[in-house]
Amino acid sequence: MDFEKSTFSSRMSEELEGEMELGKVIGTVVASVKYKGLESVKLLVIQPQDADGKKQGEPVIATDSMQAGVGDVVALLTGREATLALPEPFVPVDAGVIGIIDHAWKDESVL
Amino acid sequence: MILARVIGNAVATIKHPSYEGRTILVLQPVATDTHTPNGKEFLSVDSVQAGIGDLVMASREGNTARQILGTNQDPFHSVIVGIVDHVDDMEAEDKQ
Repeated sequence: MDFEKSTFSSRMSEELEGEMELGKVIGTVVASVKYKGLESVKLLVIQPQDADGKKQGEPVIATDSMQAGVGDVVALLTGREATLALPEPFVPVDAGVIGIIDHAWKDESVL
Repeated sequence: MILARVIGNAVATIKHPSYEGRTILVLQPVATDTHTPNGKEFLSVDSVQAGIGDLVMASREGNTARQILGTNQDPFHSVIVGIVDHVDDMEAEDKQ
């Protein structure tokens, strides 16, 4: 029981914490009924990935204020900060695109 | 704040206006031995002119990032706040 509780709380805190990571736009979401303030906001399906393009975790739905399209690699911001890029910042959103990445690379030999 | 190694960078032309002129780096969190990966990589905004291969301190909390980088309205989440010269982990040394 204690174990289940600790697993749950650690997962919750991880989700609430948020981060900035790379992702690839793999689709769009259309919703005609949305929370007030989100009416003109575009929604995308984004698969988080690493700098080499390898998938990381499950796809998420994110708001887009940068006019990204399917196939673009983007900077994905998760957590409470994602709403700050939107026209109305007090909306129930936990992931957003804040940039379209031209080029990203990593070199793990420096570790 | 966490210990991380700068392993790459990300270049974006189209980005939120608050990111204009900022460098976005790819960070890999590391253990106190300074090279064992500890968790998955993430993007962070530079504030100390860090470069590839540098061991850095990074804050992964929005309020800190906003205080250092901009106003309280900007969508920042993570910022590099220092370049680390040396780490002493007494517990790890005891184990060896």
